[in-house]
Amino acid sequence: MRRLAFLALLFAAPALAANTDAGKYQAVLGDCAGCHGKTLAGGVALQMPFGTLVTPNITPDRDTGTGNWSAADFRKAMKTGVAPGGKLLYPAMPYPAYAHMPDGDVDALFAYLRTVRPVKNAVRVNRLRFPFNIRFLMRGWNLLFFHPENGAGGSRGRYLVEGPAHCGTCHTPKNLLGADKAPALSGAVLAGWYAPDLTGDRVTGLASWSKAGLVEYLKTGRNSHSIASGPMAEAVENSTALMTDGDLDAIATYIKGLPAAGGNGGGVPRGDMQVQAGVAVYRLNCSACHGADGKGSAIFPPLAGNPNVRQASAETLARVVLAGTRGAATKGAPTGQGMPSLGWKLDDAAVANVLTYIRNNWGNSAPAVEAGLVERVRAAK
Amino acid sequence: MAKLLPRRDAVIIGLGWTGSIIAQQLAQAGLNVVAIERGPWRDTPTDFNIGYMQDELRYGIRKELFLQPAVEAMTMRNDASQTALPMRDYGSFLPGNGVGGAGVHWNGHTWRFWDSDFSIRSHLTRRYGAKKIAGLQLQDWGATYAELEHCFDRFEYLAGISGKAGNLRGRIQPGGNPFESPRARDYPNPPMKMSYAPTLFAQKARELGWHPFPTPSANLSRSYVNPLGVRMGQCTYCGFCERFACANYSKASPQTCVLPVLMRQPNFELRSECEVLTVNLTPDGKAAKSVTYIDAKGVEYEQPGDMVVLCAYGLMNVRLMLLSKIGRQYDPVSGKGTVGRNYCYQTSSAARLFFDSGKTFNPFIAAGSLGQTLDDFNGDAFDHSALGFVGGAGFNCVLTNGRPIGYRPTAPGSPRWGAKWKQAVVDGYQHSTGFSSQGSSYPVRQNYLDLDPTYSDRHGRPLLRVTFDFPDNDIAMSHHMSDQMEKLAKVYGAKVATVSRLKKGWDSVPYQSTHNTGGAVMGADPKTSAVNKYLQSWDVPNVFVVGASAFAHNAGMNPTGTVGALAFWAAEAITTKYIKSPGALVPA
Repeated sequence: MRRLAFLALLFAAPALAANTDAGKYQAVLGDCAGCHGKTLAGGVALQMPFGTLVTPNITPDRDTGTGNWSAADFRKAMKTGVAPGGKLLYPAMPYPAYAHMPDGDVDALFAYLRTVRPVKNAVRVNRLRFPFNIRFLMRGWNLLFFHPENGAGGSRGRYLVEGPAHCGTCHTPKNLLGADKAPALSGAVLAGWYAPDLTGDRVTGLASWSKAGLVEYLKTGRNSHSIASGPMAEAVENSTALMTDGDLDAIATYIKGLPAAGGNGGGVPRGDMQVQAGVAVYRLNCSACHGADGKGSAIFPPLAGNPNVRQASAETLARVVLAGTRGAATKGAPTGQGMPSLGWKLDDAAVANVLTYIRNNWGNSAPAVEAGLVERVRAAK
Repeated sequence: MAKLLPRRDAVIIGLGWTGSIIAQQLAQAGLNVVAIERGPWRDTPTDFNIGYMQDELRYGIRKELFLQPAVEAMTMRNDASQTALPMRDYGSFLPGNGVGGAGVHWNGHTWRFWDSDFSIRSHLTRRYGAKKIAGLQLQDWGATYAELEHCFDRFEYLAGISGKAGNLRGRIQPGGNPFESPRARDYPNPPMKMSYAPTLFAQKARELGWHPFPTPSANLSRSYVNPLGVRMGQCTYCGFCERFACANYSKASPQTCVLPVLMRQPNFELRSECEVLTVNLTPDGKAAKSVTYIDAKGVEYEQPGDMVVLCAYGLMNVRLMLLSKIGRQYDPVSGKGTVGRNYCYQTSSAARLFFDSGKTFNPFIAAGSLGQTLDDFNGDAFDHSALGFVGGAGFNCVLTNGRPIGYRPTAPGSPRWGAKWKQAVVDGYQHSTGFSSQGSSYPVRQNYLDLDPTYSDRHGRPLLRVTFDFPDNDIAMSHHMSDQMEKLAKVYGAKVATVSRLKKGWDSVPYQSTHNTGGAVMGADPKTSAVNKYLQSWDVPNVFVVGASAFAHNAGMNPTGTVGALAFWAAEAITTKYIKSPGALVPA
């Protein structure tokens, strides 16, 4: 402790400190750690439809990180997707979102990144399949899809969602080339998860969540509807849980204002065989925690009336049942309760049946889950 | 040569209930804390899978969550004239292993020892005269119930105990235990919903004018958020508590109550699968300087620390003290020395009642602490003047399980095999019930712990030797309890009723109780106690020894509530007194 205090004194040049604090908060808003890792040294593999990208080292290490970059280099990379030497970034780095950030905020972020501990970690980033591994092609992609001039004007909430917090990177549907397509934030498949619909849709969206409930979710990782897990657990732990109450309120206000989109195409007919077969699987394996009535409890999320179980795609659900998952653990909600893996016990048909039952019971309505989907998810692990 | 590691403020040995509570309190106070745990890391979603946690063969019979004798065995004998032999399998008691310790697989009965327990010698002498307790090594604990009350409260709220207060600040509460010592407030959660067996037990006990009440339970009656912000679930009455971990966060354990917050502390580090070999003292033997441990790869490390807190299972705390020469070995002949002194156990008997098909008990609706207790015959709740013993027992009707392999009660005289045996099992499963007396265990000069002269562990260190038999006082007490249980059994009007009677000659093979206490007892006198009232070693003041090892005797109750309270008590002494002014907190 004493040693830390001494170090802090050494570096207590007030102006610099203020700028790095502001920059640190930009790193929170942008969730840099989410992709570049807690130490920001990169090496995190992102599974894309086009192959694998491994995130680069953004610590100020001179050989393997960004130690030789200038503020202008950094601004250019963040806002136009062009790194020093004219290297075109892939839009997995959400420069189309960061393009909305004011230069001052990007500069503050750069100042903060100067202060993190340099880590020597050489990363081979590009492991995409041909032809996507040809960086030059991104020039065409940018021409087609990168239009920062149609920027995120208006409210602070819209700016945060479309800008630094880059919610759409996961939650907005993508076209065949990985670019956003309308309607924004209406749910999308990503890296073996389905990032759910955030619009006001009554079946798949957040219509049933209050604004306060959404703020609670982003701040603590849980509310009475749901527990953040998978990539969202990381986003909460590294980013939203650390945001100011004002920014969370702004984000929630904007998201709660999104017009209904999404939807799932409707449920299965009454008497469906999969639903009937799913009853026993549910009672035996799920009811102890989620309740025979599907209402969950103060610790386990409800399945009844939960939009997360009614998404168009059941990919997340299949994954969670097969592999289990761990909820976000935050200062406000430290439990981090988890769902155990049941893939060793339930075969593909049983998982498909119980999910179809859950998606079409207690007032839920969503398309049936095919055993083939479960098989694919199991194989992808 | 052990690798030397950077110094820490506090080194904690063992991460069960006491280790996790103390680590959390010390880390919260800003100390740099490392915990060294012999067993594996275990957590609910990854290790206590709801799909296989109720595997009775794996956990109940093959005892996967317990300490295995190949890791550490003990030797046993009934008295000093015998040669102790090592146990090939743990039987009479089952110590825990791994992160969470015995807190993972306990049943969850959570008691407060009474005011009269902490001052037992003064209390009994005052009431009956010194002659009454001659021959027993009973002694006051150094700390009083009044001093510890808030620590009991902290543990009960940490663990979300479900129960009903019987004595709120001196006012007796209907429906609670009228014999308990006063508490400042009620339990954090209401009692569990009762099944048929305990409901009937309470009804029958009331007919005799006795005072049954819901057993205070660490199986939660409802969802709960504890003072650390950790969430727990509601018990589903699945009947897989004892010997099992809870798969749905509804039994209090370090995992469900403390670890989520502790593991987030940046100034806390856990090293699991690391076995402490010894606590190293300075050449004058007056201070601990480090601990030596060996990791899973067999590499030895030396971890220096300003303070060492022994938080292993009580018996292992005593063994580590003896191996490390912290304090002096107790000698039952001269009565000198303190480490190993006042080892106690539990003195129990059981009643089983068989009915015809009119009464159906559905024993599969169960939980570790789902039941009713009465304390009319516990401790000194009743007058012992005309009786030839002191002490007593709690009567418990807690049917912890109706598991398919282990729970097969058959009426006496039933065949042991064949179709008629099968029918007896069917009848006994649904149409029998039982209750038990869990009696106090009082210290005598000849029951003690020391290091075995012959047998050693895989690292070549001597095993712990347990010398124990039930003292005459406790046998007499237990027989009196069996008499009372027979009275109660009569009221039931059962077809057949059996009540066991304890005999001398403690047998280490059949399971009895994992309530081993004493060996490093707390007290006011360094001649008769190994640690002072704050659980601090009299001889090596930067060592604290926390657990049931500190009990100066064992009461007719499960120990965990008192163990948890002592953990908070020691942590409070460390954070509010010791770190401000390191040294002996009580002058020797």
